[in-house]
Amino acid sequence: MDVELRDIDKTFGAVHANVGINLKVPAGTIQGLLGENGAGKSTLMKILSGFIRADAGEILLDGHPVIIHSPADAIQHGVGMLHQDPLDIPPMRVIDNFILGRKGGLTIGHAAAERDYKRLAEEFSFSIDPDSYVDALTVGERQQLEILRLIWLGAKALIFDEPTTGISAAQKVKLFTALRLLASQGKTILFVSHKLEDVEGLCSRVAVLRQGILVGEAKQPYTTKNLVEMMFGKEISVGARDPCAGDGKTNLSLRDLSVEDYRLKVQNVSLEVCCGEVIGLAGMEGSGQGLFLRSVAGLVRTVGGHIFLNDTDLTGHSYHAFKRLGAAFLPAARLEEGLATGMSLTEHIVLAEEAHGFFIDWDKGRELTRKRIADFNIHGTPASPVESLSGGNQQRALLALLREPLSLLLLEHPTRGLDIESTIYIWSKLKDRCREGTCILFISSDLEEILQYSDRVLVFFSGKVTKPLESKSLSIEKLGELIGGKGWPESTSGKSK
Amino acid sequence: MKKNSWINVGFQVGALVVALLITTLLLVAAGAPPLKAYASIISGAFGSSNNIENILITWSPLLLTTAGVLITFSAGLWNIGIEGQMTLGAIFATGVLRALQNTQLPPALIIILGILAGVIGGALWAALAGALKTFGGVNEIFGGLGLNFVSTALTIYLVFGPWKRPGVGSMSGTQPFDEKLWLPSLPHTELSLWALGISLLVIIAVYFMLRGTHLGLRLKAVGKNSKAAFLMGVPTWQYSMFAFLLCGAFAGLSGAIQVTSVYHRLLPNISNGYGFLGLLVAMLINYQALWAAPIAFFFAAVNIGSVQLQIQYKLDSSFAGVLQDLLVLLVLLGEGARQRFIKKG
Amino acid sequence: MDTNTILIGLAGVLAAAAPVLFAVLGETITERAGIINLSMNGSILLSAMGGFAIAQLTGSLMLGFLGGMLIGALVALIVAFSSITLHQSQVAVGFVLALAGRDLSYFLGVPYMNSSGPVLQGLPIPFLKDIPVLGVLLFRQNLITYISYILIFLVWLWIFRTRPGLMLRGIGERPAAAYVRGANVNLMRYVYTIIGGAFIGLAGPAFTLNVKAGWMGTQTGLDGIGWIALSITIFGGWNPIRAAFGAYLFSFLQWLGLVLQSQLPGVPTQVLQVAPFPLMILTLLLVNISDAEWVARILATLPEGARRFTIKLLRTLRASPPASLGVPFESE
Repeated sequence: MDVELRDIDKTFGAVHANVGINLKVPAGTIQGLLGENGAGKSTLMKILSGFIRADAGEILLDGHPVIIHSPADAIQHGVGMLHQDPLDIPPMRVIDNFILGRKGGLTIGHAAAERDYKRLAEEFSFSIDPDSYVDALTVGERQQLEILRLIWLGAKALIFDEPTTGISAAQKVKLFTALRLLASQGKTILFVSHKLEDVEGLCSRVAVLRQGILVGEAKQPYTTKNLVEMMFGKEISVGARDPCAGDGKTNLSLRDLSVEDYRLKVQNVSLEVCCGEVIGLAGMEGSGQGLFLRSVAGLVRTVGGHIFLNDTDLTGHSYHAFKRLGAAFLPAARLEEGLATGMSLTEHIVLAEEAHGFFIDWDKGRELTRKRIADFNIHGTPASPVESLSGGNQQRALLALLREPLSLLLLEHPTRGLDIESTIYIWSKLKDRCREGTCILFISSDLEEILQYSDRVLVFFSGKVTKPLESKSLSIEKLGELIGGKGWPESTSGKSK
Repeated sequence: MKKNSWINVGFQVGALVVALLITTLLLVAAGAPPLKAYASIISGAFGSSNNIENILITWSPLLLTTAGVLITFSAGLWNIGIEGQMTLGAIFATGVLRALQNTQLPPALIIILGILAGVIGGALWAALAGALKTFGGVNEIFGGLGLNFVSTALTIYLVFGPWKRPGVGSMSGTQPFDEKLWLPSLPHTELSLWALGISLLVIIAVYFMLRGTHLGLRLKAVGKNSKAAFLMGVPTWQYSMFAFLLCGAFAGLSGAIQVTSVYHRLLPNISNGYGFLGLLVAMLINYQALWAAPIAFFFAAVNIGSVQLQIQYKLDSSFAGVLQDLLVLLVLLGEGARQRFIKKG
Repeated sequence: MDTNTILIGLAGVLAAAAPVLFAVLGETITERAGIINLSMNGSILLSAMGGFAIAQLTGSLMLGFLGGMLIGALVALIVAFSSITLHQSQVAVGFVLALAGRDLSYFLGVPYMNSSGPVLQGLPIPFLKDIPVLGVLLFRQNLITYISYILIFLVWLWIFRTRPGLMLRGIGERPAAAYVRGANVNLMRYVYTIIGGAFIGLAGPAFTLNVKAGWMGTQTGLDGIGWIALSITIFGGWNPIRAAFGAYLFSFLQWLGLVLQSQLPGVPTQVLQVAPFPLMILTLLLVNISDAEWVARILATLPEGARRFTIKLLRTLRASPPASLGVPFESE
């Protein structure tokens, strides 16, 4: 089926997620869609698959304009989407998941469906027992189930959102074989990814999005440099970098740290961080850097290795033990994890400070809050509930909650969603901390931010981690390639499950 | 901001008006002249000093249970098991009083020990619900409900079994205690200024605790967002557990007071629904301790006043409950409607 | 006690369980869709009184039962509206309705107190009633008891063996997945909450026109039955068959309490009557414990083999509630 998007436009509040996007994908093509986090890929695909409606623009299928009201409606039109976290129902059996959503009578009709399922599974060389339960499957197997299901429902165009994240190498091979088979049958494949290698190896053509704009298209053969430039922008000039404020004394020491969750393993990371040093953790979302950072905060149990903070072995201790030794963790989900909705700034400040006595001195608390509001340039009053603040002000409020002094500061996306002014302000505050001897580990998907503010960088890709790289020796292009999984030495620690 | 608060008041008044409208229709349906019925409730509540004493007797346990659930609500917990905690307080108090009534200890000491035992009993029962929640992952609503039934059964078992009156056990409870073991009360009434004083002290203490102490602030943080509270350094499960314990202690105190000052014995259903009523009061005041005392007083007055309906119009005194429930229901619905209204407008 | 007395007693257990069963099945359907209807205790009492009043006024048992169902459905509608449309806490609204229904039933029920009304008569099934043992046990009951047997299997069939039932489970487990598969999640939640409410409402007249005939205000002895039904729903792990087992067990233990009271006056019968509740708490503990953090910590210290085994054991015991229970759904 030919898929065509014409002048698709979508804004969310102040964010222009899709700016007049035009894209034509002929039947039988595997079309890659590249872009960094927040470039607008997901929005575009959600529009095509009926999750959200575009503000303006048209969708044409086989040349006919269509209006897609819902995901179920999209399937009626032959458009199916596979989500990164497959949208299936884990406590149910594979065959029930397969059937659910297909029009039919009152009875489930297991026998007929099972015949179709087996036929399709054989066609794609998938081998999942239809009677097993979905929550016992791997992400890769759940993907396979979704592919079979969507094909059975008559999908003629299939959208894959980051399908190679969290699946094994063998499953990836299987997936790519299946995708090529689908394309040869005349199905249209839209392959959304940030992994250059996957896109280069699979897609016959690729479109690149950046900041909501379709910045360019390319066909095989690709030049990696060209793709990286399109993804991250050409005219990036890294500003003057502050030199390391550290005194060379080791503050945080990680020895063979290993940590894992249900989809990733990060193994044997060793790192010595000195006072005042800033370590940037780069990588696409879900490559293992989040897991790593939380393990260094004591929020995720490590499975191997040791963590020393100020020469104290904190391995296996809880976050509160880390906190007592001067560590602090600031989450990316500000209102979900960082701040308590329904409580005022003053209440937050008082809560975060060490308690003296039984009663709260509210006057003192308000005074302190006013001082912090001024120090951190927060637009709000002591009585403002935190949810009434803008994103930038919430981030400043989170920083304002940190006690003095700190020896270790762990930050998830410290400037995500903030304007330039706020970003600069927040980093100036963080650098102040560094001068006081705090060492900082931070995650960011903004390469410029990583290069500008870190002294050293760890790059994560599917659980693999580079050795600490001097940021002076890195360029945007080099970093972009590493994040996209290219240019890795063969034997690197860590692996995907 | 100002406009919003006027809208808030508007919705609350609206809820009250609609609730009264419905109860009026119900009175008409039940064949009573509505205005006269309301008048008789008011005179039933405040018509004589005896009535006012009865209100105060009801007010006291209600204040305690309200104070308790304000703490658990603050920590984000639905302590529906409060009825059982109150019952256990009554059982423990009765147990100690029974054990010590024939000793040479001074009666005042026995009463104090009995009340303390009640506090401990309620706290222990709450700790059970809390442990089920914290360590077993059992939702406090379901755990609490189960424990409520167990506590009721335990009471009935005691009243008809080991603690039965000489002769045969009956629903009228255990053998009343000797008068020297009664909490001192005003002459010719069951109104104990001690009980009332303690209850008022508790609600005032809870008000200040939630408003002005680190403890209260941390409980609130746990209730609003336990993840954020944890990251800000609050040991979250310990605080949840603490909320259960304190609420249970107040409920137990309330049960012990029913035994030592009102009934002077253990009765089946000794909690008399005050635990659930306390939950209603807390919901109606939107969990603001400041309003607990007046609203609990209002609820107590409606309870006592409605007895008059039964006498004058042969209506069931559950009218009090109907009025209270509808009021809370409509305030909740009004709040939902307001949020939608504000969002759209 | 001879065999026949025991059989008649057990037949009584089946009949006495019928009202609770209706409520439990109704709540099971509702919670399967992701909504907690906490109002059951009030809903049952109000429909018990209302159903009896309607039957007495009209002389029609049929209208009495239908009236009860209508009352249950209306209460459920309030729960659905306030939670789905107004986004209020299901627990808060349900709890208030539980109290409101109870108080309202006592208030409005005064004129019907202690008066006689129609009672459902027995309906022995020809031929089947003469089967030895089973005839006495199962087939000399009345219509409402027969319906209760059938309903267990119908609800089970619906949830586990039909396509709409499959979607119902999907809605409760992962509404977003059900939505992409074409379900109108919130509409379905309304529908199932109201149907479930009608079932709960059937429980009321099943008491007052049947097993506990008549309305006696607070003396009717029904207060608390809704909370019991709620507990049995959880005990039943959201499965109609397991829930039916819970309802029969409860009814059986109550009967056993009565029997033992007359047989052995020394035994504290309350212990038996209350036995279902510690049992229920224990079940809840077992089905939830595998999610607790400290369990994971202990498990981590076990050797590989023992760990695998324990995890497997906990998994089989586990009965997770529908994953989206109590969580509102909004499509983007």
